[in-house]
Amino acid sequence: MKILANELRTVLVTDCGSTTTKALLFEKKEEGWRQTFRGEAPTTVEEPVADVTVGALNAITEVQEVSQREILRPGYQSSHQHPFLLTGDDSSQGIDLYLSTSSAGGGLQMIVSGLVKQMTTESAQRAALGAGAIIMDSISADDGREDHERIERIRHLRPDIVLMTGGVDGGSRVHVLEQAEIILAAAPRPRFGDTLKLPVIYAGNKDAAAEVIDIIGEMADVSVVDNVRPKLEHENLGPAREAIHELFLTHVMSHSPGYSKLLDWSPVPIMPTPAAVGDMVSSYAASYDLQVLCADIGGATTDVFSVFKDAEGKPVFNRTVSANLGMSYSVANVLVEVGPGEIARWLAYQMHESEVRDRLRNKMIRPTSIPQQIEDLWLEQAVCREALKLSLEHHRSLAVGLSGMQQTRGIADVFSQKASRYQLVDMMKLDLVIGSGGVLSHAPHRLSAALMMLDGFGLEGLTQIAVDSIFMMPHLGVFSSVHHEAANEIFINDCIVNIAHAIVPVYPKRKKRSRQQPKDKGILAEVKLDGEKIATVLYDKIELIELEPNKKMELVIVPAGRQIDVGSGPGVENKREIITGGYGLILDGRNRPIEMAENHEERVEAQRAILQELKLIQKESR
Amino acid sequence: MSGAAFVPGLQIRSRVTLRKLRELPVAGEILYQQGDTVKANDIVARAALQGDMIILRLPEKMGIEPFEAMKGLKVKEGDFIKEGDLICEHSGIFGLFKSRYHSPAEGVAELITERTGNIGLRMEAQEVEVDAYVSGKVLEVVQGKSITIETRGVWIQGIFGIGGERKGIVQNLEVSADQLIDTPEIPEDVAGKVLVGGRQPTLEALQKASALGAVGLVCGSIDDATLASYLGYDLGLAITGDEDIPMSVVITEGFGSIPISERVLSILEKLNGREASMNGATQVRAGAIRPEIIISETEQGLTELDEEAPAGVLEVGSRIRIIRVPYFGLTAHVVELPHEAEKIETGAFTRVLRAKLEDGSIITVPRANVEAI
Repeated sequence: MKILANELRTVLVTDCGSTTTKALLFEKKEEGWRQTFRGEAPTTVEEPVADVTVGALNAITEVQEVSQREILRPGYQSSHQHPFLLTGDDSSQGIDLYLSTSSAGGGLQMIVSGLVKQMTTESAQRAALGAGAIIMDSISADDGREDHERIERIRHLRPDIVLMTGGVDGGSRVHVLEQAEIILAAAPRPRFGDTLKLPVIYAGNKDAAAEVIDIIGEMADVSVVDNVRPKLEHENLGPAREAIHELFLTHVMSHSPGYSKLLDWSPVPIMPTPAAVGDMVSSYAASYDLQVLCADIGGATTDVFSVFKDAEGKPVFNRTVSANLGMSYSVANVLVEVGPGEIARWLAYQMHESEVRDRLRNKMIRPTSIPQQIEDLWLEQAVCREALKLSLEHHRSLAVGLSGMQQTRGIADVFSQKASRYQLVDMMKLDLVIGSGGVLSHAPHRLSAALMMLDGFGLEGLTQIAVDSIFMMPHLGVFSSVHHEAANEIFINDCIVNIAHAIVPVYPKRKKRSRQQPKDKGILAEVKLDGEKIATVLYDKIELIELEPNKKMELVIVPAGRQIDVGSGPGVENKREIITGGYGLILDGRNRPIEMAENHEERVEAQRAILQELKLIQKESR
Repeated sequence: MSGAAFVPGLQIRSRVTLRKLRELPVAGEILYQQGDTVKANDIVARAALQGDMIILRLPEKMGIEPFEAMKGLKVKEGDFIKEGDLICEHSGIFGLFKSRYHSPAEGVAELITERTGNIGLRMEAQEVEVDAYVSGKVLEVVQGKSITIETRGVWIQGIFGIGGERKGIVQNLEVSADQLIDTPEIPEDVAGKVLVGGRQPTLEALQKASALGAVGLVCGSIDDATLASYLGYDLGLAITGDEDIPMSVVITEGFGSIPISERVLSILEKLNGREASMNGATQVRAGAIRPEIIISETEQGLTELDEEAPAGVLEVGSRIRIIRVPYFGLTAHVVELPHEAEKIETGAFTRVLRAKLEDGSIITVPRANVEAI
């Protein structure tokens, strides 16, 4: 297979998801790189067909059929080599390269440990999440649990890998070793291979490494890598992430059904799906100097990826997984987290709380059913807003900048390290939000998806809203590792759908003047396009300004008051060049956080008015 | 792929051969051999689970440094220690004010870490036993690991359940299929019984049946508030089976207020008094686990039941149940299966079917929202 970027013209990529395996064909056409054909099939990692390659071949066969391109080599079934026909003189047949990502079988599941929750444990979490893992539990010396509670919790988990961190290099060793004692006492068994030792990566105080091996070396297969926090103010996630990827391939993938074959099909290592998505988001943000937020809301989990700049202006990538926030399997968990009232407040009709509860429980037990009535669709979209809100809160808590400083306070120096952390997620500075997952990507109307993100994330200032058309980001992420420019090109042309730009002026909440506070008849900002005033953002109102799509324009937002922020700071105008989305501009005059009327009827009326303004009621019920 | 976009329906089989894999959590002993006959309550496998390890933090407990703890240590790695045994003794200044640490439990000193001064004390192994769950024949034994029991009989899957495996005697409640199950509907003699029938239970009925010793309830539905009250908490994920409740519950239809499945009722009514195995465990993920009721065929056979009718095929004429509003819970007959996707009220394009309801009206429903029954 070819692997050099300049030699590639036809690349086949599969993503083996937990339920569906999706195959995409990327081709270099005269106009540039495009995603041309797709096929999908159920993933096969469970009996009766426990071989991931069967599902992959089914999906590839579908691509072969729809593209009329011969991809699979005749008689490949009886051969031990990869099944692909490679391009030769006839460029209309075969492929140049095959790549794959995988999250089948529940993805990569890890336990992480550290000493201080908001320091080394957080670094461990960031390393694991960035490598594409789901964190089953995080142990910290200060997590508020007793030893026996930690041991009891961990001993029943079956992780793929444990990542141990703790202490700065040269710091105290005692507490790190105590964490090792906890791991030994709990002795979690690895998920795959009953006879194998549990893979443990140690990325803590380097001076304690030998003693950690002494304690857990018999129980576990310990790999030692550089400390994730060699100094308090320095985070070094790369070596731990690489070790996780290595173990993912050697321990997890190779023991999953059929993966040893799949690994041989590609010259490029299989990437965990979320790691590939993260790479695509980082790569795109870096290429265009953007601050980006991307949420993939699935049936069981919601992944959030972001690139925000730190205090020094350097882009920082973060990923979080909200393991039990989702739209089908986990839908009732969203209900439990926020309560039926918080969900019902987004509805443009009255629904009793018991009805909300029963309907969502029924979705939970029949996750593949779909809304038939518009009211039922709105209920799912209301859940989506709350799931996005919760997952962003979770993301904010982990996406923090480091500005650590050491203070000696006596007893145990490790506990005296206090970091003054700051949140990286600043919605006012966000340039682009990308929604992914069925409820957003396949919303019957694109503006519904935009509204879910506008409400759920509480967008502020000026933000471009887009959706991933067919969840192509995993494929593009792994492709990006081989051909960065081509992946970016496809990302823009075929992957993200630019829906609209949201303009949301935000101002400090004043006491007892809430409903009538903005001056000048409730005008919050003026909006100019190419020098011409086209609209005003009105207090508490939403308005849609439809524009011709895909036009480069100069957008200027002028705040109507010194305290009103439209994205460039209070009272400062925001001037940007934009490429217009399919639906133009959404002007949102609701301050943040969004407040709603306490009265049911008023609230329903307000939601209905928003849907009417965005022409969603007519469009969706037609 | 959209052609497969319908739910095949839960299994309701009056004569089926089932295999139940009974696995040990760790290597142990399998007590039967291939071909042996077992009863549902027979213990078929046994193992010793490694005991818990507790960490004795000597420096912390005694207020001394780790090296001082090591100096005063009275045990060594591998020693068996009884509760109350002296583990460490430390002499204060000039040998005065001795402090001592005695073991809080019995176990083996498996780990002594010099750097921390802590001791890992491994407690006694715990025995775990696995029963057969169903009556039948041993089909396969993997020594030290698992045993597979094959049984033939009735197999009914519910849509959702709570509580783990239970064995009991089927007792049909004297209620109609669409009747609320309240306390008067629960008779006094329900100890050891799997109660069957009715639309939905009240919380008081669940509590009464549990208190009287019933081991299971099979009914049409449950409302979310009653479920939360019975469990004592709100269930977040449809992963159940480990709940600490005395009586398992299996619902055949869903949440809200829906009568019990006619087909389930018609089978179980005929099996009043027979021994049943049931499990409320539900896991709605890939490789879904649904709750179940199994009644194994005994010497008397299953003569009460008619021959089994095939189910689960979606074609014109098939009987279906609709599983989503606005027709949730209704049954109908398929009259048309259009090939092309159609636009539905939400604006989505999806494959649909047309079905005739019992009142004669024809409706259009997404295929994803029906189950063949």
